[in-house]
Formats: sequence, structure tokens, C-alpha cells
Amino acid sequence: MELKNVNIKGIPTAEFNDNEYLENYIKELEANGVNVVLSKIDELINWGRSNSVWPLIYATSCCGIEFMATAAAHHDIARFGMEVTRNSPRQADLMIVAGTMVHKMAPLIKRVYDQMAEPKYVVAMGACAISGGPFINSYHVVPGVDQIIPVDVYIPGCPPRPESLFYGLMQLQRKIKVEQFLGNKQR
Amino acid sequence: MRIDQRNKKTFDIYNIMENIKKLILNTVPTAVIEEKQKLTVTVTFDKLHLLAKTLKENAALPFDFLVKLIGVDRGEELGVNYLLCSSTDLSKELVLKTGTTDRENPLLYSITDLFETAQYNEREVFALLGIRFINNPDMRKFFLNADWVGYPLRKDYDANPELNPLSLESVDMIDIAPRITENEKGELVEDTVNIFGEDDYIINIGPQHPSTHGVMHFRTALDGEIVKKIDVHSGYIHRGIEKLSESLTYPQILHFTDRLDYLSANINRHGLCMAVEKAAEIEVPERAQYIRTIMDELNRIDSHLLAWACQTNDLGATTAFIYGMREREIILDIFEKTCGGRLIINQNVVGGVMFDIYNEFQKDVKSFIIYMRDKLKEYDRFFSHNVIALGRMVTIGVLSKEDAINYAVTGPAGRGSGWSCDIRKHIPYALYDKVDFKEIIRTEGDSYARYLNRLDEIEESLHIIEQLIDNVPEGDICAKVKPIIRLPEGEYYSRVEACRGEFGVFIESRGDKFPYRLKFRSPSMALVSAMPLICQNEKVSDFIGIGGSMDYVIPDIDR
Repeated sequence: MELKNVNIKGIPTAEFNDNEYLENYIKELEANGVNVVLSKIDELINWGRSNSVWPLIYATSCCGIEFMATAAAHHDIARFGMEVTRNSPRQADLMIVAGTMVHKMAPLIKRVYDQMAEPKYVVAMGACAISGGPFINSYHVVPGVDQIIPVDVYIPGCPPRPESLFYGLMQLQRKIKVEQFLGNKQR
Repeated sequence: MRIDQRNKKTFDIYNIMENIKKLILNTVPTAVIEEKQKLTVTVTFDKLHLLAKTLKENAALPFDFLVKLIGVDRGEELGVNYLLCSSTDLSKELVLKTGTTDRENPLLYSITDLFETAQYNEREVFALLGIRFINNPDMRKFFLNADWVGYPLRKDYDANPELNPLSLESVDMIDIAPRITENEKGELVEDTVNIFGEDDYIINIGPQHPSTHGVMHFRTALDGEIVKKIDVHSGYIHRGIEKLSESLTYPQILHFTDRLDYLSANINRHGLCMAVEKAAEIEVPERAQYIRTIMDELNRIDSHLLAWACQTNDLGATTAFIYGMREREIILDIFEKTCGGRLIINQNVVGGVMFDIYNEFQKDVKSFIIYMRDKLKEYDRFFSHNVIALGRMVTIGVLSKEDAINYAVTGPAGRGSGWSCDIRKHIPYALYDKVDFKEIIRTEGDSYARYLNRLDEIEESLHIIEQLIDNVPEGDICAKVKPIIRLPEGEYYSRVEACRGEFGVFIESRGDKFPYRLKFRSPSMALVSAMPLICQNEKVSDFIGIGGSMDYVIPDIDR
């Protein structure tokens, strides 16, 4: 998978070419055989999907405030087509889990995730959502949201800066861009 | 002349406290009075209610503000510490202690009928320590699910994850509350009470709802559009910070305070640092005090701006939200240049501050002050007198002064109800006794008073910073502190004015490098406990607006 020059300050283009797991993913898809016409339609769909990801903010603590800062004018998430934050899971493509997950909340996040329509993605934002963070030894904390729901992108930080969030969301966009919804014979 | 006055004042305080001691001994002759950091009174559990009532009704100096209710596992006995103070003078403090040696079925008497704020606190103590309170009308566990095995804050708690496995099954909400009451004959009766009526129409607001300002769950009974009753469920972000702290050293605990009320991160941290410094008798260098005070006030402006932005957003003004966040970003830039953090800034450490201010700090802050004053006028012009905004704030969600004290609602909300409760004025810490600032008090008690209070407090904070910014003395920024701090045996309290009200720290040390018990007083818990009261008979859409005006932060409540 070749990427054109990516123009992001502080992130060299070479980093974007470290694509081992995506390449494996593509190989797996190609092994199943792809129709030429449908794969072009796929590209169109992926272009649209990756540039208008509508997030549902599952914010439980501090990371939620950093998301608010990200969504506000200074950092402006609208540049990535993600400004339409949906509060209903049925209208959202992406769930951003921002904050600690505890035992009492676990059934509820599962329920909200189940209510989202396919295709759906999950971003674990911050140390708590990744692994429990500073509270990992607690009796009431779930060590990472991936114990409950599958996670696509992990964004480290406590809380991650808006720039890190953007980087993580761009990684998600890359993942969406190589997906095949029509061309895959297995479907 | 001045010295005479000061002596007279000390003498007065001495006299008042002597009178209180006499009053206590007259009421309960068996009470044990000790002079520790605070005046500590230990009584048996059956006398506590009587003593609290007498102190509350004492005309000369009523102890009618329950600051903290702390459940402690003292080893052989399970007990509760009550920090009381007078609502007219917050510096007059008194600690009541009681306990029971029955660990199988510990029972104490509730003081909910005297202090409404005790209700949630007692439920918290039941969830974490298993002490049940006689005459509390609602004895459900507050943070944990009803089927949680064990009581985490007990020293013999079994943390085996197999006892409480992670469950993904949704549980039904229980609207039947067990309670234990004492009838006229002195017998204990256990029964249950229904929270809602049979025909009530109940909607769930939260836990995942963008307008509850976090993961709070309000079960709301509606009559058409009018709120009849609210039942608060909490614990969706209960991380067990107090239990975790018991196995960490004091410098390690510091980072938890930032993650309680993350919007007043620096002030919370200041509170814990002060408690440890007071106990270990560490002198903080003057330069550090200046930096701390300036950063605290910047933090306060940051928090009030976000509160303003969210409140206006709750009322439907999205543009105002963008404006508030825009100004906030400038403060975050200053934080970032000082210590690298944006939201959680890790600036305070025991003994001083971690990072010195940078060369152009003064210049940046001064230009921000000018900019912010200009913007405050702009806010006033385009939102504060907007007809729609006024219609949704004036006379909505009225909290009277008596209720504010009874529910222990402090901060801009308490001062909006006419209660002078600013810790910076009553018990000055850091440099607050050296600077000149007004305590903003309004008497209306509605959403609009709370809204205006925040904007005025931004102006006062700017005024405080202005007085300090040019006078930062040269010198050390941190006293020499050992990496592992052992606090002498004792109980230590500290109180600071966070952005939402009074933040308090209680440390019980047994001479170890870890605290034996650490408790944070959450200002937001008091704000939420008042929500059912002030939202009654308001429209359900105004419930969101009132929530915005109270501006609670949920991780602070759940801890």
C-alpha cells in the first residue's frame, strides 16, 4: 500500500509506510478474490466513509474535556469531517471511549456498542481506556475497554493532547480506506 | 494597637471554644475532648445525634455545616468522623467521632434529619465500609452495585477478582430502598420503602448523556413535562481512589487529586500538598506560594470559562460554547509553556512547585488579563441579557440559603444563594490573606445568580493575578523534601476553595509512609445532592439548564 506524501508537522512520511498489519489485511482480502468494478465502488465508498466519520463520545472523565477542546474552534475537528458528534448510538460510526471504564459501567457500554449500526469502530482514548491507566490496581476498574468491546485504535496519553487524538483518528481513517465491503467474495 | 486587636481576637476565639467545650460536656458528660489539629470530641454512638443536634442549635455559634463525613476502619472498631463548622465563620471547626465494635452488623445513628448532605455520605459509607445508619430513609449502596461482595475500605477486604467478576449483563434498576428505623419504643425495625409511586412515569437521564456533564444517572419521575422527583444513581466512574491511596506514598497520591475534579486539577493538588506540608512541617518557599496562587487563579478562570461555555451550550447557544473554549485555550497555552501539561498540569509537589515559571510568563499573563477583560464585556453584551437566556435562568432552580447550608452547597452556587462560604476569605491559605479581592455574593439563589457569579469571579481572579504577577520574588521554588515522607501519627485536615466549592482532604496517619485513611471532600457531591430539591416542579428541559448552572464534575463525586 503506497501513500502519497503526508504533510503533518512532526510526523515523517516514513512512519505512514509502516503498514505491516494493514498489508496483511489487504493480502487476506485479495486472497479471497476481488471484482474489478466492485473494488472501484469500494474505493468510492471508503473515501466517503473515511472522511465523514460521525463519532459518539463515550466520555466518562478527563479525556472527554480534551475531546471538547478538540471539537472547539482552536483545534477544530471539522477539518477531518468528524464534527458531527452523535449522541445516539444508532447514528454513529465511531465510538470514542474517553475515560476509565468501571464494573458498573461495563454492561452499559456493551449495550450502547450493540446498538450502533455496522460498520462501527472504537477508539480507546487515554491510558484508562487502554489499560486502566493509573487505576489499574483498583477493585472497581476494568483493565482496558478491550475487555468489553473490540478496539480499532489506541491513543496513549493521560489525557492525550488534541494533536494525538487527531493522529489516532487519522490512523482510523487509513484503516477504513483499505476495507472492502462489496468486493469480498466471502460476504 | 494592632497587636492588641490580634490578642483580643485570639482571646475571643479561645473564649468561644471554651464555651463550646462546656456545652458539649453539659450535653454529654461522658464525651472525651482532645485538642488535636482540630478540637476532637469522641462520644458513644447513641449520644452522637443528641450532641450534633445541640451543636447545630447552639445560638451563639451554630455548628450547622457538615463539611465531611468520613467512614474509617479503625482496626477493632468501625467508625465515622464528622467535621462540623459554623456557617457564619468557617474557621470554627469541630470534629465529632463515634464508632461501633460490632463488625458483623455495624449500626450507627443517622444525622440525615439534621444535615441533608449526610444522606449521600452515609450511603457512601455503607457501600464502602458496611456501616448501616438507623433512621436514614434510604440505605441503598451509593457507588457500588447492590450485589457487590465485601466492603472495599475495610482493612480485611478480599480483593480477589473472582468474588466480583466483570459482568456484562444489564441489571435492572432497583427502586425499592431498604431502611432501618427506630420506633417510639426503641426497637429497630427493618423495612423497605418505594422511591417512586406506582403510577409514576420515569425516564432515565444518563448515565451516558451529553448534558449530564459526565456519567451521572438521574431517574426522573415526570408529571407531563414537570419533574416530580429525581433519584440519583452514582458510581459509573467510581475508581476506588481512596483505597488505592492506602498503598501509595504521598508524592504518588498527588496525581490522583488531579484526576478527581480535572477542571480544578491544580487547586485539588494544592489541597493535598497543604495537608502533607502541614503534617510534616515543611515550609514552602515564598516564590512557590506566588506561583501556586497565580496558577490556582488561572485554573479557576479556565474552569469557570468551561463552565460558562457548557452552560450556554446546554441552553442552546453553540456559538458561546466556541467562544468560551477559545479563551480557555490561551490559559492552556500558558500552562503548557510552564509545565508541559494542558488539562492536568502536575505543577504542585509537596514542598513547592515542580517547574519554575518561564521568562515571558508575566508578559503572557498580563496580555491575557487585558484580553479577558475585553471578552468578559463581550459575553455580557451578547449573552447575559439575552431574553431567551434570561427566561431560562431567572427564578429557575432556586436554592435558598438555608438549603445551601443544609446541603453543604459551596462555591459559586452556594454564594449565589447568599451564603458567604469562600475558604479563601474565611481560612486564608497560600497568599490569599495578602491580596485584595471581593467575595461575590448574590442572594437570588437561581440559575442566573450562579451564572453571573462565575463571570464575576473570573474578574476577581484576574484582579488577584494582577496584584501578584509583578511581585514574584526570587528564590527557591521547592523546599528540600525527602522522596519518602513519613507523617507523624495523627489526623490532618486541609480545606481549599476549588472551582466548584470547598475541596477538603483528610489524612489519618499511623506514622507510616502510606496514609492509613485518606478521604477527599468532593464539592460536586453536595451540588448533585441538591439537584432533586431545586429541580422539583421545574420543566424537564430546565433540569438540563439547572445542571449546567450547578456545574458538577462527576469523577469528583465518585472518586
